[in-house]
Amino acid sequence: MTCIACPQGCFLEVETDGTSVIGLSGHKCSRGAVYARQEIEAPVRTLTTSVLARGMDLKMLPVRTSGPIPKGKLAEAMDAVKRITITSPVKAGAVVATDLLGLGADLIATRSLNKL
Amino acid sequence: MKERELVIVGGGPAGMAAALAARAAGVEDVLLLERDQYLGGILNQCIHPGFGLHHFKEELTGPEYADRFIRQVKEDPGIEVSLRSFTVKLTKDKELSYLRPGAFEEVKAGAVILATGCRERTREMIPIPGTRPAGVYPAGLAQKMVNLEGWLPGKRAVIIGSGDIGLIMARRLALEGIAVKAVIEIQGASRGLVRNVVQCLEDFAIPLYLRHRVRAIRGRDRVESVEIARVDGDLKDIPGTDLEIACDTVLVSVGLIPENELLEMAGAEMDRRSNTPIAPEINRTSIPGIFACGNACKVYDLADWVTRDSELAGKMAADYLGSLA
Ligand SMILES: Cc1cc2nc3c(=O)[nH]c(=O)nc-3n(C[C@H](O)[C@H](O)[C@H](O)COP(=O)(O)OP(=O)(O)OC[C@H]3O[C@@H](n4cnc5c(N)ncnc54)[C@H](O)[C@@H]3O)c2cc1C
Repeated sequence: MTCIACPQGCFLEVETDGTSVIGLSGHKCSRGAVYARQEIEAPVRTLTTSVLARGMDLKMLPVRTSGPIPKGKLAEAMDAVKRITITSPVKAGAVVATDLLGLGADLIATRSLNKL
Repeated sequence: MKERELVIVGGGPAGMAAALAARAAGVEDVLLLERDQYLGGILNQCIHPGFGLHHFKEELTGPEYADRFIRQVKEDPGIEVSLRSFTVKLTKDKELSYLRPGAFEEVKAGAVILATGCRERTREMIPIPGTRPAGVYPAGLAQKMVNLEGWLPGKRAVIIGSGDIGLIMARRLALEGIAVKAVIEIQGASRGLVRNVVQCLEDFAIPLYLRHRVRAIRGRDRVESVEIARVDGDLKDIPGTDLEIACDTVLVSVGLIPENELLEMAGAEMDRRSNTPIAPEINRTSIPGIFACGNACKVYDLADWVTRDSELAGKMAADYLGSLA
């Protein structure tokens, strides 16, 4: 598999017993080992998208999850994000929604939103 | 005409890094001109992560990466930021004209740094026959519409070109619930980062058609389909491999071209093909005291390298100004 922990994209040779990693080669740093285990045992992704804003200086506020969430939950998370509308100022880094879908990650603003 | 020590055109990562580095190298007076109403340039629409791994040793989104520099620029009393200021003219004597709401300004600069970024190559720049229906967008424009305007271009999309912008947009559309039918790439491999192929296509089971070419875009008023074919080693169509893919939207992601009209106007020597300045060294142009950095100098894949090289441009401008004094 290809490691995507960073843009280098190392090609990893991974040996598994079906559910977990038993052998690994090809990684150039320790993040490769963490990635391989994660990807085989429970793949996760950080979601980035934008949230609708009303009456503010931006029409859309860019957001990210504070940590990675299960890959299989991305679509559900998008549905939850689409139900949000922001109508008051937000600072970059502030929490827009706590514990999205109970997955343990908050939704964080990646840019400041100000009054018009 | 007002005189300024250093004038920088463009407030993206290149212009901001150059401004901060010039200040650190002793330049006292910097005027930063940006035509948009925000600093940050293209980073504002790049809401995905993948920025800053080299420069900050942590992974940021485009707006977060931009914000780190915007804060520093705003705090620096030696940098005057002029937003909604569109530079329309530059002479070889470093006289600049710019328009800002309600005013036409002219300044004479000791040194100039052009950090005007890139424009997208359009469908017209690569020949794709067929009709001219609505629904065909440059991928970066679509990125801006979706991420900044909250406007979705269609329901079923095909993306032409598998560079990073094409890949990032494939995921973006998929997340927004648009069916991305295919990404078409004429070469034998994606030109984008491997991690983008994995995270943007494989995660969403989006098919990547390598060694395929779009033969035509069909549709009367709105796009109805694209016709693709496999190509051989000489990029010629292989007969009998035609495939028609139904869609209402086509994103064209076929590369960037530096935006250098100002440099041309000033009479600098240009490479016609790449639209970049001809000079013996990075960031320089054929006119002493006029520099170009970031995507205006050459097309960069990573904003981190734009920052690194543009810091050097700021330093070079400071050295040039120092040599005059
Ligand atoms: C659509 C698109 C998507 C991209 N996606 C990624 C990505 O995902 N990851 C990545 O690392 N890199 C990406 N890039 C590359 C990115 O452009 C560079 O990494 C970097 O942002 C370039 O910085 P810059 O400052 O040179 O240009 P820009 O960020 O383009 O900034 C140029 C600035 O100059 C201003 N300007 C231009 N002309 C004038 C004028 N005449 N007067 C006043 N102001 C002017 C513009 O408004 C703009 O703000 C992308 C590029 C594009 C075009």
